[in-house]
Amino acid sequence: MANGILVFIEHVEGQINRASYEAVRAAQLIGAQLNQETAAVIFGNGVSNLATEVAGKKLNRVYTVESDSLSSYTPDGYSIAFKQVIEQVQPALVLMAHTYEVRDFAPKLAASLQRALVGDCIGYKIEDGAAVFTRQIFQGKLSADVVPTGDTPHFVSFQIGSFRGDECEAGQAEVQALTVNLNAEQVRQQPEARFKEAKAAVDLTQAPLIVAVGRGIKEQKNIEIIEKLAAAMGAEIAASRPICDNDWLPMDRQIGSSGQTVAPKLYLAVGISGAIQHLVGMKGARTIVAINKDAEAPIFEIADYGIVGDLFEVVPALTAEIEKMKQ
Amino acid sequence: MKIIVCLKQVPKNDSILRINDAATWIQDRDLTYEINESDAYALEAALQLKEKNGGEVVALSLGPARVQSVIKEALARGADRGLHLEDAAFDNLDAFGAAATIAAAAKSDGFDLLLTGLQSDDHGYAQTGVIAAELLGLPHATIVMDLQTEGSGIKVKRELEAGFFQWVTLPLPGVFTIQSGINTLRYATLKGIMAAKKKEIKKLDAAALGLDAATLAPKQQIKRVYFPQKSKQTQMIEGTGAAAAATLVEKLKNEARVF
Ligand SMILES: Cc1cc2nc3c(=O)[nH]c(=O)nc-3n(C[C@@H](O)[C@H](O)[C@H](O)COP(=O)(O)OP(=O)(O)OC[C@H]3O[C@@H](n4cnc5c(N)ncnc54)[C@H](O)[C@@H]3O)c2cc1C
Ligand SMILES: Cc1cc2nc3c(=O)[nH]c(=O)nc-3n(C[C@H](O)[C@H](O)[C@H](O)COP(=O)(O)OP(=O)(O)OC[C@H]3O[C@@H](n4cnc5c(N)ncnc54)[C@H](O)[C@@H]3O)c2cc1C
Repeated sequence: MANGILVFIEHVEGQINRASYEAVRAAQLIGAQLNQETAAVIFGNGVSNLATEVAGKKLNRVYTVESDSLSSYTPDGYSIAFKQVIEQVQPALVLMAHTYEVRDFAPKLAASLQRALVGDCIGYKIEDGAAVFTRQIFQGKLSADVVPTGDTPHFVSFQIGSFRGDECEAGQAEVQALTVNLNAEQVRQQPEARFKEAKAAVDLTQAPLIVAVGRGIKEQKNIEIIEKLAAAMGAEIAASRPICDNDWLPMDRQIGSSGQTVAPKLYLAVGISGAIQHLVGMKGARTIVAINKDAEAPIFEIADYGIVGDLFEVVPALTAEIEKMKQ
Repeated sequence: MKIIVCLKQVPKNDSILRINDAATWIQDRDLTYEINESDAYALEAALQLKEKNGGEVVALSLGPARVQSVIKEALARGADRGLHLEDAAFDNLDAFGAAATIAAAAKSDGFDLLLTGLQSDDHGYAQTGVIAAELLGLPHATIVMDLQTEGSGIKVKRELEAGFFQWVTLPLPGVFTIQSGINTLRYATLKGIMAAKKKEIKKLDAAALGLDAATLAPKQQIKRVYFPQKSKQTQMIEGTGAAAAATLVEKLKNEARVF
């Protein structure tokens, strides 16, 4: 009989990804409610100190899996090794943080066991003694409650920020090494070193006031009204990804998971829907204002002030009002 | 070089969404549809690879009759042929079932590269391509920003978190999920639209693909769909003109103290 919850611990350059602790916290909560043991697993080559760190959390066990072929992350290496761990440990539920790395290998791992991965969840509830997972669909406009069906193990990943990693209960877990059969020929991807592109020319992290523009602006030439508003406010201009993808503003103005992370005094989001990948880059702002024609846009969920309306009316009116105030 | 590109048809990004009576999905009657955003970039990447290396681009879509419009759009932009996977048995697939169906079709047609978008704008599982790779026994790479052929293999640039990137080399055939914004999309020309009319769209159903009910049975079930509960108290300012602007500026100055 399958049993227990197994958490995947991710690490890069000797550091545990903090999102993994969010998954540990999820396991502690679900484990307590469903009366399940909890364990974590960490893959790599020379990860004993990382395992010791994780073992300081309240878990029943921390497994280490070490191999030369796991020195750097590859989806082939990780899925092959993880599959053998699952066969040895027989968990009922495998929890992960929905990071880029997990997106890269977890669907393969689940498919190799003919299982589903309920990916990118934001929470769970217990219904009839079983966990039901909540996911965002339509980029956060709707939610869906989803249950994995069929035989265990079930695989679930949680969106970053869904649980508080800093609320993990402390404990003392036993560390146990597992061995797997994995050889270099089975790994088909040859990764090179990670790198960053040339340093961004503008550093938006220091800007106290930011006006950010999204696809609601429709055309490049309309960016002008945003520039006028920013100039009146003395604010920096930023953008959502599609604006930078279209080269309407340079890449280094992009806010979000693949852009800059900012925490200004004021973040004014104009024509931005509020997809999670954007929100992670700006939700730390002290005051958030959203201007959007759709009253249901997810951006309003995190805004302090909102105006539902056509930005082509609201923005010029706001610019005029700020100019008036500054006089 | 033969490339199959998977194009999912999704409700237009600014659709007004209404939940169906069973609260299991949206009311899909009055919606207008478009090509999933990252899939459009995958198609462009395929067309550019073909222009550079020669070969063929095949546009594949899974879904009801309406998805033929995304295949036709791809043919008008320069794809050579279409594959339309349609069957009542495909109506309630989960990501695994969708991937199994796409994998079966891709295998029967043959390819060097199978491209998908990195995730759909409606369900957003971000899994279909990776599952297909596993079912096909092929290597894959996700969140791809650039593809360079290298001998008999390929070198791809992957986007990682926090502004990092990484080049990965892998053998072909392989499966790649493409990130939005990696190239500049072309639009269909009148000539392209005319040429598309003569291009073949092959229809394949479950029987033709040798897919049985067990393979297609969902491994996850959507219990209910609903509008998210609001947790934060947003102060909504009425109006859109000068008065609303004045109220906002006053609040930012005196309440939030940002000016
Ligand atoms: C009526 C209805 C019932 C459903 N029932 C369930 C259910 O019970 N359980 C469940 O989990 N899901 C269900 N779904 C959703 C399901 O069909 C998803 O669309 C499927 O899981 C694929 O996942 P995704 O769209 O999130 O794709 P992702 O994995 O996010 O897509 C990645 C990429 O794969 C390619 N791709 C994906 N789908 C297609 C396609 N159809 N054609 C061409 N390329 C494609 C695209 O390139 C896309 O960018 C239902 C949907 C409908 C409409
Ligand atoms: C792996 C990955 C990484 C990503 N990284 C990032 C990232 O770093 N940053 C980022 O921003 N995105 C990122 N994205 C993309 C993200 O998922 C969304 O697609 C994107 O943020 C949407 O941008 P948007 O809000 O400008 O556009 P849309 O979602 O199209 O929203 C436009 C909004 O404008 C409103 N609007 C339209 N017309 C008007 C009008 N006249 N007046 C007022 N409002 C109007 C609409 O109601 C809508 O809400 C990433 C996605 C993935 C999968």
